[in-house]
Amino acid sequence: MFTKFYYTLKDFGIPVSFNEWQLLLEALEAGMAGSSLTGFYYLCRAVLVKTEAHYDRFDQAFASFFGDIETPEGLPEKIWEWLDKELPEMEVSEAMRANHQQLDLEELKRMLEERLAEQNEEHHGGNRWIGTGGTSPFGHSGYHPGGIRIGGNTRSLSAVKVAGMRKYQEFRTDETLGVRQFQVALRKLRQFTTRLDGARTELDLEATIDKTCSNAGRLELVWERPRENGIKVLLLMDSGGSMVSYSRLCNQLFTAVNRSNHFKDLKIFYFHNCIYDWLYHDPSCSLTDYTETDYVLKTYDSDYRLIIVGDASMSSYELMRAGGIIEWGLYNDKPGIDWLRRMRQHFEYSVWLNPIPKNYWNWMEGTFTISKIAEIFPMESLTVEGLETAINKLRSRQAVQV
Amino acid sequence: MARKAVDYKGSSDYIVSDELRNSVNIAIALQKPLLIKGEPGTGKTMLAQSIADSLGLKLIIWNIKSTTKAQEGLYVYDTVQRLYDSQFGESDVSDIKKYIKLGKLGEAFLTSDPVVLLIDEIDKADLEFPNDLLWELDQMSFYIPETRETITAANRPIVIITSNAEKELPDAFLRRCIFHYIAFPDPEGMEKIVAVHHPRLEKRLLEQAMETFYMLRSISNLQKRPSTSELIDWLQALVIGGINPNKIKQDLPYLGVLLKKNEDLDIILNQLHGKAQSRVQNAKGSFNRYRY
Ligand SMILES: Nc1ncnc2c1ncn2[C@@H]1O[C@H](COP(=O)(O)OP(=O)(O)OP(=O)(O)O)[C@@H](O)[C@H]1O
Ligand SMILES: [Mg+2]
Repeated sequence: MFTKFYYTLKDFGIPVSFNEWQLLLEALEAGMAGSSLTGFYYLCRAVLVKTEAHYDRFDQAFASFFGDIETPEGLPEKIWEWLDKELPEMEVSEAMRANHQQLDLEELKRMLEERLAEQNEEHHGGNRWIGTGGTSPFGHSGYHPGGIRIGGNTRSLSAVKVAGMRKYQEFRTDETLGVRQFQVALRKLRQFTTRLDGARTELDLEATIDKTCSNAGRLELVWERPRENGIKVLLLMDSGGSMVSYSRLCNQLFTAVNRSNHFKDLKIFYFHNCIYDWLYHDPSCSLTDYTETDYVLKTYDSDYRLIIVGDASMSSYELMRAGGIIEWGLYNDKPGIDWLRRMRQHFEYSVWLNPIPKNYWNWMEGTFTISKIAEIFPMESLTVEGLETAINKLRSRQAVQV
Repeated sequence: MARKAVDYKGSSDYIVSDELRNSVNIAIALQKPLLIKGEPGTGKTMLAQSIADSLGLKLIIWNIKSTTKAQEGLYVYDTVQRLYDSQFGESDVSDIKKYIKLGKLGEAFLTSDPVVLLIDEIDKADLEFPNDLLWELDQMSFYIPETRETITAANRPIVIITSNAEKELPDAFLRRCIFHYIAFPDPEGMEKIVAVHHPRLEKRLLEQAMETFYMLRSISNLQKRPSTSELIDWLQALVIGGINPNKIKQDLPYLGVLLKKNEDLDIILNQLHGKAQSRVQNAKGSFNRYRY
């Protein structure tokens, strides 16, 4: 039983290490959960969850797991049962996997029904689909608020109720957040130059003192090579018509990138729907103010981290055909997709950030071009979590398959 | 491993939610550092003071800055002073001990009574900083090679660590902490906090100010939402300014006390009055960069 709770947490995307799990057991044995499910809820959360971004997942996991328990006065039987049991196996056995999968199917069906019913009742803004999709086979909040009795003290809510309120929904990192969070994510994009090359320009105080001391006080200066972030960034942003709906989001990223002063170099260009011969200097993509894409490919070495931001949604001919460019009065000899491939081949560290949430990539008008482009560039959605994944990808060379 | 229950109950000048009190007691009992996150001004720093007051312990504060190194918390070997003394001083430079200055962590280990150690704003420091402290926080001891001494905590201090989420903290570090996110107080909780600071506030004024405050907070895309400390200052300003409570909502007096960013002021004025529209659009080019 306890094992199952462990796996429920995992399924909802909460990483729980062995040490933390053991600490929880210790705490339970020491009676720290008090005698209520609520105490148990707070104890588990304090010990197992290490970021507010996972509070919501935890609430969902908890609610889904305990949803069918009527809140009793004391610590529920179920928990005492667990305590008699062993630690969870850390390896997933084949049988377990099969079991889970079976469960999923049933769950999935039920969930679909529930969802449909729900969507008729109230408007959920689609967020729940986005929020839970993919992370979990139990990706639903299968609790039954109706079935929860609030026992005794009316002022304190039952744990399942608390969990069910999903207070921490807004902290989910897979939902879009502000400039600040983007900035935090961008800070991870750093790579210090080695101390092996470059001029020795920085006084190494410690070594100087050491040397001087061992010289019995005769001054000897020691110079060091400074360490600095060597990351250079090339940011290309789509400013085409269909991007209007994502303007706020893109602005946030734009601001965050601009404020990040830890890059050795930052170059920003704009394009309209797809990249062709020219890259523009400002978002209006005015035909008088551009740099040739060829020039960019020749001038910027492959060390530059290339971040492309765009919805990748366009008519198929804009991507696939010569002359497909959307601008009147312009013509492209090479189809856009060739340009994208060339970019990708040159910039080994590159990602594509798409403001369209991942779950919609298969359902939008742009599905065809999105999937084509995602074959060329690793594509992530433009959320904090997506940006973090993208940045991880930018830290190492990605195998280029174009 | 668990320590005998010391029960933190909150203190008269600090309002603590059941949730937070619970986490504090769990951390104390399990002898783990308590990592506190939360919006600016939600009482992260003050919590440590409150714990110290409530338990009658001394508080040692280690303020972290972007240049702080983990080593400084343990000890610093003042080689420069020693060099200086060897050249010009008359004191005995062979006694290295004299030149070892304990840092805040070292100090917390050496005091004979248990203390509360606050490591404030750990995220300000370098990414590696938390990792560099893993061993010392786990073992509550460290070694000074220069003097061949090991400093071990006589009593494990209660360690409170705050973070403003400027940087992510390393997983290895997180695994060793009890974590608590201070949720922004709901109006009921906020009234209690306000009462600590302004015990005799006119009811109507408080009501109107609170409604306005939460309304402002609910406006999305603010760069910095006003928080507890700003509300407290604002109430002060309203009282001193002799503002008519009925005017608060429509006039938004002293708005600058609540909102520190010009962009935010613009957004609010724009949303509430439809004024300043043109200003918003022109002032910051980036606002409309993508609208065509
Ligand atoms: N729970 C509370 N009870 C009483 N006063 C509070 C509480 N929370 C916040 N305050 C008030 O808000 C002020 C700011 O609190 P504090 O400095 O501890 O916040 P913080 O979270 O550390 O902020 P920062 O992230 O800016 O460091 C305090 O001086 C106090 O006046
Ligand atoms: Mg603080």
